[in-house]
Amino acid sequence: MPALSSTHINILSKVAAMSSTVSATSGFWKRNQQRLAPWLFLAPGMIMFSIYVIIPIFQSIWISFYDWDGLGPKTWIGLGNYAELLDDEAFYTSLKNNILWLVLYLLAVPAGLAVALFLNQTVAGIRLYKSLFFFPFVISQVVVGLIFTWFYAPDFGLLSALIKTLTGENVAILADERYVTLGIIAAGLWPQIAYCMILYLTGLNNINPEQVEAARMDGARGWSLLWNIILPQLGPATFIAIVVTVIGALRSFDLVSIMTDGGPYGSSRVLSFYMYEQALSEYGYRMGYGAAIAVVLFMIMMVFITLFIVRMLMRERHA
Amino acid sequence: MFPTPVQKAAPWVRHAYTIILPIALILWLLPLIGVAITSVRPSADLAAGNYFGIPSRFAGIDNYTAVFRDSPIGWYILNSFKVTIPTVIGAVGLACLSGFALAVYKFRANLLIFFLFVAGNFIPFQILMVPVRDMTLRAGLYDSISGLVLFHIAFQTGFCTLFMRNFITSLPFALIESARVEGVSEWRIFRYIVLPLMRPAIAALSVLVFTFIWNDYFWATVLVQGQHAMPVTAGLYSLNGQWIAAWHLVSAGSIVAAMPPVLMFFLMQKHFIAGLTLGATKG
Repeated sequence: MPALSSTHINILSKVAAMSSTVSATSGFWKRNQQRLAPWLFLAPGMIMFSIYVIIPIFQSIWISFYDWDGLGPKTWIGLGNYAELLDDEAFYTSLKNNILWLVLYLLAVPAGLAVALFLNQTVAGIRLYKSLFFFPFVISQVVVGLIFTWFYAPDFGLLSALIKTLTGENVAILADERYVTLGIIAAGLWPQIAYCMILYLTGLNNINPEQVEAARMDGARGWSLLWNIILPQLGPATFIAIVVTVIGALRSFDLVSIMTDGGPYGSSRVLSFYMYEQALSEYGYRMGYGAAIAVVLFMIMMVFITLFIVRMLMRERHA
Repeated sequence: MFPTPVQKAAPWVRHAYTIILPIALILWLLPLIGVAITSVRPSADLAAGNYFGIPSRFAGIDNYTAVFRDSPIGWYILNSFKVTIPTVIGAVGLACLSGFALAVYKFRANLLIFFLFVAGNFIPFQILMVPVRDMTLRAGLYDSISGLVLFHIAFQTGFCTLFMRNFITSLPFALIESARVEGVSEWRIFRYIVLPLMRPAIAALSVLVFTFIWNDYFWATVLVQGQHAMPVTAGLYSLNGQWIAAWHLVSAGSIVAAMPPVLMFFLMQKHFIAGLTLGATKG
């Protein structure tokens, strides 16, 4: 626990002087202030968070047992929606794509580390370079999606032109069922690598230089130095990078919606997009079925959330 | 320092580094550079197949004026500000209070509530979509700025509380204890002792939440339908549908929509990165 500085003492004496002029408040409040205060401080945030986040989770689970168009009466169908999911081709496509997203998106972690190591130098203008490398993360995914749609566009897209000069073939990445999901994931990796890079740059800043020097004295070089000395010290950065990347992969919606709208023939759908499509699309409002898809996605996410919380809890106990 | 500083390396490595650095940057930002150049390209170039060459003339002024004149993008941007600014104030304000409560008081449900905020912050949006949309409709707030703002404030409170709680935990607890000994009320401890010390955290969090909300697309499509309340992310998507093959306009529009968070980032870079990397060094 950090010690009090002179500024702290200064604030303290001012506030204390101010308080002594205030007349004594009622006895009940005085006695129970410390016990009640946390709840009063928490109340506004907790009420908002409960109404908009906690309670809707349970409502969604509830709705997933109904057949409901969002307007008319709800019909209880029990596990009907889930039974339907088991036979739904589009559901499996989405699930498969979600797994692909999860696996490939995690490439952002080592890639971000590589970029961070490349940029972790002190040459003139390096600060500006770091900011510009981070740039893609600040831009909205809608804009990233549009940029990559243009980049991939057949005939006049930069990448298509490159592929054409190299192989002579004309590839329409976003119209080809084989490449479409890979193309969208690549677009998503662009900002995600930037995010992981900044996490690692901060981590590298806090590395103990004496340990590195000592290891160098012992003859550790390159990979072995990175693996045995640097990476263990980057543990917290790696943890956060994996957390945000896993969450980002499972949340992927914007890019799919912008770049392909799930197409061609629904081959680039992911669960988050398929849920939206079922619940709110022109094909009709199937709120119950959509909620069931959301519950499946939620359950997958809960596995990871539980792992994160357990780790955080262990650290919290440790401290 | 890792890797070895280039200053200590052989001269050729040093030279190679200074050459590779700008090339790597150009390759990294190639899609963005392409869009920036396209946004100042006259439409005649696109028609003539000049997609990658030097623009035949600088048409930036024409394209950007056309975007603002012929589309409601100015209005969309105004909407984005109307959504983003109240959200930042609301979420950061609520989180100052709840973060303080979780950092300073020891009570039984403390950790449970804290992890509820943390977990809520990670869940998929889709699990909230149907009930939140239904609730917003019934409250008469569907298709309005306030409906969007209320949801964003509530959801962001999770992340902001996590952030604030961790920040206040790192402050010297002796400060609060001595104030209590002096008989300072709990509210005054918060208002006059802790809050002034939270300024860096408030700055970092505000920049971060500004970017998150500005860039939100999902809720903008779920809770808003008409032009009058549509933020620029959803607006840009609908304009993209109208500007088929007018890539010079799409590019200019994209750059306009990306500008506010980009400016925010460059002006408040230190705070932004401090906010983003909180916990990446310890945790």
